[in-house]
Amino acid sequence: MIRASHRQPGFLAALLHRLSGLALALFLPLHFLALGLALNGAAPLDSFLALTRQPLVKLAEWALVVALATHMALGLRVIAIELLPWRDRTAATVSTCVGAGLLVGLLLLLNGA
Amino acid sequence: MTAALFLAQRLSAAVLAVAVTMHLATIIHAARAGMTAADVFSRTRGNVAFLILYGIFVLAVAVHAPIGLRNVLREWTPWRGRGLDIALAAFALLLLALGLRAALAVFLA
Amino acid sequence: MTDTDAPLAVEVWRGAAAGRFQTFQVARSANQTVLDVVTNIQRDQDPTLAYRFACRVGMCGSCAMVVNGRPRWTCRTRVAAALGAASVLRLEPLRNFTVVRDLAVDMRDFFDKWQAAKGHFEPSADPAADFAVVPPGSPQRQAADAGIECIGCGICHSACDVVAWDRDYLGPAALNRAWTLVNDVRDRGNAARMDAVSAASGCHLCHTHMSCTQFCPKGLAPTYAIAGLKRAMVARALGRKP
Repeated sequence: MIRASHRQPGFLAALLHRLSGLALALFLPLHFLALGLALNGAAPLDSFLALTRQPLVKLAEWALVVALATHMALGLRVIAIELLPWRDRTAATVSTCVGAGLLVGLLLLLNGA
Repeated sequence: MTAALFLAQRLSAAVLAVAVTMHLATIIHAARAGMTAADVFSRTRGNVAFLILYGIFVLAVAVHAPIGLRNVLREWTPWRGRGLDIALAAFALLLLALGLRAALAVFLA
Repeated sequence: MTDTDAPLAVEVWRGAAAGRFQTFQVARSANQTVLDVVTNIQRDQDPTLAYRFACRVGMCGSCAMVVNGRPRWTCRTRVAAALGAASVLRLEPLRNFTVVRDLAVDMRDFFDKWQAAKGHFEPSADPAADFAVVPPGSPQRQAADAGIECIGCGICHSACDVVAWDRDYLGPAALNRAWTLVNDVRDRGNAARMDAVSAASGCHLCHTHMSCTQFCPKGLAPTYAIAGLKRAMVARALGRKP
């Protein structure tokens, strides 16, 4: 049974924000290392990029883009709560943030990622 | 110390809001145009504006990510104190070093 | 549909940190509150059950406990509302407090944090000569008024995940009170207060889950009080820089 306070939109927002942030923080060093392969010439990078055409990798890439967009949207919500005088309509705002993240993902899918 | 970390987190977030929007727009544009890695590099090679913008991006990430991780680790694991702070400072330096190296690699590609 | 003539099954926490749920059967009555149920159990079935209440009318906050997973005032919670679609009423002591026995918790830590956050008024050195005129419509007074109705019931503290994850965190009640005093133009203790709420266990730990605001029976919003403290903390940090 999930605790009542965990079935609130504010908690879901914080959890998504945290999990997406963790995923991004863990992914980034790998991203930087992969790009750094370009230093050694085209061949090592190209052979690495061949790996990234596998469907599982493409799914992970898509998920990371969604994670990035969602993390930013939810982070902007936190900053808005801290800085702006308007009262947050939590459920609607959180849904909007998650929606924005998924929209970016959709745009990526539709544009042939 | 804590107020400074909080402020650094929020300021780097503001920088990242701009940088991430730029990055996402670029990713979607590149996917839409069906660009290969070689196509991307042809646009970034020798592009000083790219190097500066992404250098700032890397710097903001190197500040933002470790501070966020610090909260997560302190709250969800028993790890805290100086040991944790030192490990995260090291992670920040790692991100900075690898990130700037990556930006440079793409600049020189 | 539940048979409204059948007795209500009530699972009650017995023990302290370690313990078990004990099930009682309580006759239903119209409009009964959870406090009615607990009182019935203690008076008619098991006098060893420990619980707290005082005013019975939603003014003191003494009867706060976790009812079917939600922290509530039992005197102001109808059984029907608490049950929802469930058929069993489950009563637990407030979360994030040390349990003394059964449904009664130790409130000392909660009030210690109130003091640690400097949640008390500091008068000026010469009160008689220092008569403050405080317009009720001023932004500061409105900010203070938004939070002063807190009666220290502990529900927000129970609902807060960060309190559960970091036992040093001052918590929404203490910080909400601190914010009302930051906005009290008569108060002279803000330097120490801002130090307290800007420290390692202070306002920056709030991750805007908003459970405090969600469950506060007085309709207060500690989340926004804490946001105010964060802004004040940053302003202070920037103002100090040469």
